[in-house]
Amino acid sequence: MFDIIFYLFAFITIGSALIVVTARNIIYSAFSLMLTLFGVSGIYALLGADFLAVVQIMVYVGGILVLILFGVMLTNKITNVEIKSGNRNIAVSLISVSVLSAILFSVLLGTNWKETNSQIPETTLFGIGELLITKYVLVFELLGILLLIALIGAATIARKEE
Amino acid sequence: MEVGLNHFLFISAALFSAGIYAIVSRKNAIMVLMGVELILNAANINFVAFSRYGNFGLDGQIYGLFVIILAAAEAAIALAIVLNLYKTFANINVDEIDNLKE
Repeated sequence: MFDIIFYLFAFITIGSALIVVTARNIIYSAFSLMLTLFGVSGIYALLGADFLAVVQIMVYVGGILVLILFGVMLTNKITNVEIKSGNRNIAVSLISVSVLSAILFSVLLGTNWKETNSQIPETTLFGIGELLITKYVLVFELLGILLLIALIGAATIARKEE
Repeated sequence: MEVGLNHFLFISAALFSAGIYAIVSRKNAIMVLMGVELILNAANINFVAFSRYGNFGLDGQIYGLFVIILAAAEAAIALAIVLNLYKTFANINVDEIDNLKE
């Protein structure tokens, strides 16, 4: 059962990622990116990371994807129906990417990973919460400040000059 | 063959290659941004998979959480820059905006 669900999510994730990078229409790419993000969230759930799966859906699908769609809408003339995005140097990039992925896959298959099948807890909420306020408290607070700075900076950059 | 660590690393490597392809070959700046998101997701799958199969406790998942937060900040800044580019150049094709090149 686990295997069937895994292959389902793997198919959704990789298939829609391929659509993201090959679709001519940028809106299609944005919506397939949503399917990819849902697939990745399912993979997190399979790996026992329930909190991370929910965070993935809320932040990526609810936040980043909406931002990207706003970007598409604001930077293309919607009135002409064709919102196309061209490619360049397809042959060169295909060759370099296939060489890169061949190296990746050969390293991945050639390495003897040491697997310990540890028991996953029923929920990771308590563990993550405790780690966030003890071991990683400084990083957590710094990330909060970083987000604030990034949002103020983004608003300043994008606003109209007077 | 039972699903194990290798299968998850395989998905991550495939997502990473797709993201690199989007960054290298697409013209539109927003497509480049989507490629970056794919790469960040691939790295995150690796973090969580090693945390599950490597007996490291929950530290891998915490780092995955941090990566998601950084991705949100990065997307906001990148889209602000893209909007500014569109105001200045009236298009966002990264191969035509080369004013810094002599």
